[in-house]
Amino acid sequence: MGGFEFFPAIAEIFLAIVSIILVLVAAFGGEDAKASALMRKLAVASLVVTGLLVVSYGNTPSFAFGNLFMTSPFMVYMKLLVLFGATIILLMSRGHVARDNINRPEFPLLILLSVLGMMVLISSNDLMVLYMGIELQSLPLYVIAAMRRDSVRSSEAGLKYFLLGALSSGLLLYGASLIYGFTGSTNYGEIASSLSQGVSNGAVIGIVFLISGMAFKISAAPFHMWTPDVYEGSPTIVTAFFAVVPKLAAMTLFLRVSYGMLGSASDSWQQVVVAIAMASMIIGALGAIMQTDLKRLMAYSSIAHMGYALVGMASAQAEGISAVMVYMAIYIVSSIGIFALILTLSREGTAVTKINDLAGYSRTHPLYAACMLIFLFSMAGIPPLGGFFGKWFVFSAAVNAGLVPLAVFGVLSSVIGAFYYIRIIKVMYVDDVSDALDQPDRRTNGLIILSMAVITALMVFVLSSLREGIMGTLPYIAFIAG
Amino acid sequence: MITGLFFYLFAAITIASGLMVITARNPVHAVLFLILAFFNAAGLFVLMGAEFLAMLLVVVYVGAVAVLFLFVVMMLDIDYANMREGFQRHLPLGLIVGGILLVELLVIFAGPGTTIGVADVDLTRSNTQQLGDVIYTDYLFLFQLAGMILLVAMIGAITLTMRHREGVKRQSIALQNARTREETVALVSVENNQAPESILPNNKSESKVLR
Repeated sequence: MGGFEFFPAIAEIFLAIVSIILVLVAAFGGEDAKASALMRKLAVASLVVTGLLVVSYGNTPSFAFGNLFMTSPFMVYMKLLVLFGATIILLMSRGHVARDNINRPEFPLLILLSVLGMMVLISSNDLMVLYMGIELQSLPLYVIAAMRRDSVRSSEAGLKYFLLGALSSGLLLYGASLIYGFTGSTNYGEIASSLSQGVSNGAVIGIVFLISGMAFKISAAPFHMWTPDVYEGSPTIVTAFFAVVPKLAAMTLFLRVSYGMLGSASDSWQQVVVAIAMASMIIGALGAIMQTDLKRLMAYSSIAHMGYALVGMASAQAEGISAVMVYMAIYIVSSIGIFALILTLSREGTAVTKINDLAGYSRTHPLYAACMLIFLFSMAGIPPLGGFFGKWFVFSAAVNAGLVPLAVFGVLSSVIGAFYYIRIIKVMYVDDVSDALDQPDRRTNGLIILSMAVITALMVFVLSSLREGIMGTLPYIAFIAG
Repeated sequence: MITGLFFYLFAAITIASGLMVITARNPVHAVLFLILAFFNAAGLFVLMGAEFLAMLLVVVYVGAVAVLFLFVVMMLDIDYANMREGFQRHLPLGLIVGGILLVELLVIFAGPGTTIGVADVDLTRSNTQQLGDVIYTDYLFLFQLAGMILLVAMIGAITLTMRHREGVKRQSIALQNARTREETVALVSVENNQAPESILPNNKSESKVLR
């Protein structure tokens, strides 16, 4: 055990203290609507400050709390993405929380606490911290999924998410205990050095359990069953949060565990990741075809996207990791855009989420329809949009690692996937207007949609410098206490 | 010798009561058997020298979890006979899954080439002392994180269950203590055979508060 240095974790400590103060603000803030507006502003401000702290103090690779916690440029990149996603979602929530009847001061607070859990998860350097981080990030998610108490579907979503989440935590914990039993330590570094001397059967089973638990958290097949129901049942703003932020944290953990902790045992997890990636890509592509609800469709789309990201990871090489990181950045930008757009869809004040409601959207809302077009083409992987390059990087990483069949499979399923994205575009541009949707009146969302569309469209110009920056952080994934 | 005897006693009762938990007809009996299983598992921990875990098992599982189970079982109106209907049908599948898991565990733990690594333990001190050494120092971070998780659980429970109901009569102790004789008692001379007029103070703002 090292010293009790805590300074590298200053951003997390700040966020924890702020959320405790915000508990009091929520309790004494007066009536719900007023208090939650105040809470939202304070939460956004504290996320921004946390981001500044992360950038200022996290960049030097260092450990805190006696090797339990570590920070490095890789983690700073991932934490900034998480904070960016959470901040945008909080900004988007203005107005929509009231419509979805979850306008309560606890909503921003729970998001803050969940973000705290994600940051801990990203920085974890020990199996025990991993578990604590997972619980701290998931518990608030269960609550906000069920927050709309007057809706049976929302309660169902929360309950389903909670039960399956508890099951996956159990799997993860069992895997962690097996790994501890067969390597003699819970510290990532010590586990890595123990595994480099040989991997016992028990450790392999532990690794598989651990991977199953993490695959559940990123909703990769065959652990994806909860995703469509939870996405559909939760209030839309909550769905947007689910689709973007927790995935990012769980994917970071996946990278950190597979490359950092299990880097020397890559034979024992590579086939598992290949299998999960294939299953996710095909289930995501086929499952989405029959959907009529945009939120369910996005659930399947996110399953497929996790599959593509895992293709990069399965390569077990530095090129693959950087591909995953680029892919995730592009994925969250276009997901935020799509969800910001879904949030604006309403007819006579009631939110609508069916694909058919978009009929003739290009005539009633030409600008938004064009943005949606960009997002969908990007998700389908059509050049020169961001999503194309994300897919290009992961598939070329897989090919370079000798996983040609996996890459071919991925390309085929993305062709199937393109079908349902293009179907939405057809509905928007070709079908006749049946019953016009309301003109959105909230400027924040319009601004978010436009800027995300611009980023997605112009990603190609920053891609090389982004990639270069990411490459610089890679040595720190497997960075282990010396 | 005696230790071995106690081991078999505790182990046998644990397994037997575990079986009873899933076969007992009456759910209350099942929970009581669960408590018995917990107690005997605690006994096994004591035999292994893990007295802290044993106490924790009794305090947390028997004291809190099992009692909570008992409450839920007694208070919820669940048709257990209905829930049991699938039992016979699902039994073979359950046995197969359980059997596979058992074989796998045997292969891992009893199979060849298995070495289980355990961190070095100082045998001269009790494990309660050793836990006390590290829990607020080396593992301070984990301890604080556990605190945050409990905070989330608390906020979550309140968020999901608290409702502000209208028209509920609440007692306000402060108001009750602050009231004076003048506000509440009025001396009225009442004529014979006549009902008195309403003389109670009619203060609308306090109408929801019981005084």
